[in-house]
Amino acid sequence: MRPVEVKKDIYWVGAVDYDIRNFHHYSRSPEGSTYNAYLVKDKKNVLFDTVNAHEFDELVKHISEIIDPESIDYIVCNHLEQDHSGALPRIVRLCKPEKIFCSPMGLKSMTNIYDTTGWPIEVVKDGDRIEIGKRHVTFLETRMLHWPDSMVSYIEEDRVLISNDAFGQNIACPQRFADECTHEQLLTAMKGYYYNIVLPYSANVLKTIARVTEMGLAIDVIAPDHGVIFRTPEDVAFVLNSYKDFAAQKPMKRAVVVYESMWGGTAKMASAVADGFEAADVPCTLINLQTCHCSDVMTAMADASAVVFGSATRNNMPMANMMACLANMKGLRPLNRVGGAFGTYGWSGEAPKMIAQALADMKFDLPAEPLKCYFNPGADDLAACRRLGEDVAAALKAKCGE
Amino acid sequence: MKYVCVVCGYEYDPAVGDPDGGIAPGTEFKDIPDDWVCPVCGASKSDFEPAK
Repeated sequence: MRPVEVKKDIYWVGAVDYDIRNFHHYSRSPEGSTYNAYLVKDKKNVLFDTVNAHEFDELVKHISEIIDPESIDYIVCNHLEQDHSGALPRIVRLCKPEKIFCSPMGLKSMTNIYDTTGWPIEVVKDGDRIEIGKRHVTFLETRMLHWPDSMVSYIEEDRVLISNDAFGQNIACPQRFADECTHEQLLTAMKGYYYNIVLPYSANVLKTIARVTEMGLAIDVIAPDHGVIFRTPEDVAFVLNSYKDFAAQKPMKRAVVVYESMWGGTAKMASAVADGFEAADVPCTLINLQTCHCSDVMTAMADASAVVFGSATRNNMPMANMMACLANMKGLRPLNRVGGAFGTYGWSGEAPKMIAQALADMKFDLPAEPLKCYFNPGADDLAACRRLGEDVAAALKAKCGE
Repeated sequence: MKYVCVVCGYEYDPAVGDPDGGIAPGTEFKDIPDDWVCPVCGASKSDFEPAK
């Protein structure tokens, strides 16, 4: 990779990670990811964010193609998770910056993770503005988007918003800009990122977008810290509108059947539930938790407001991947969902009821009773599964206003 | 009186309460049960300070 000019004297100097598949140890990243860092050349040379520690050399290589890294004056840390700050200690040693900017909560993380003895840290609060030469940078705190320390940096004269994790996507590709990709390709990555990371803070997303609109900030470029950069009016509108849609979680007429089976009985039930959805004209996807990850379920939920969960009962409870899937989903706080529960059993069959309770706790609408079948479901059992699919489909359609 | 979560900045407004968290509108912060948590970030009641 080479550095890429985003606007005059504003460069992408980050790293593309084609290898990573396990993002932050909670979400799969099947297409890899990027760690975007940005360099602004002005009276004060400013580096916005860094990269994961193992990409330090790549960052320095990119900076060096533009300026001598030692001539960096300011470093801005929008957020301290190590995919953005991992290279910070070595960068500080190399660049000897005059100032390092972070948010008040960022200071807490920075001094906790790193030995910051002697670092010239300057805490900036929401709305603080600094001059770097021809340009001014305003910092906006965006707490819980998606950490307490998160902030974004707005370069006034160029109308560039360096948005940190907001608007990110896990994509490793040679392209740096959204207009070099298709919206379809981007949407999939944006949904996966949003539903596995940003979703619980959807109310903050809407509040922040409303605030930026009220402030009248003109934005030509949205430059996130993962994935591609949005630099055309169409793409800026596309990413902002997509986030408003994701955050609103309006009912979507699609279904997902998520299941975990031991001896194939629950898999047969899952297939029959899906048939029920399709008979009711609701497209349905099947996700097998023995082969898919719980983050795949969340990504699928970006298009589907109906989710039915099935697990065999093992030792009086749902199987382990199903338990993990439900726990993962609970933390991500999806809203506005319709659901159901089913599963086979060998002697007791507690799983469907336990799943239904977990869904009720997450405020799912549950139009049908949990359904359990002994061991190897027969024709009547599978007919009941189809009815379950049809009942949930009817409730979903009502939710969608049909 | 309004209170602010020092972790995430969420502001508790007694006029609004936190109906999703079981706190009715009109409930003063001091009357909220101690096991209530911030509806945005999950921080505990003790992480709140009076709003400036």
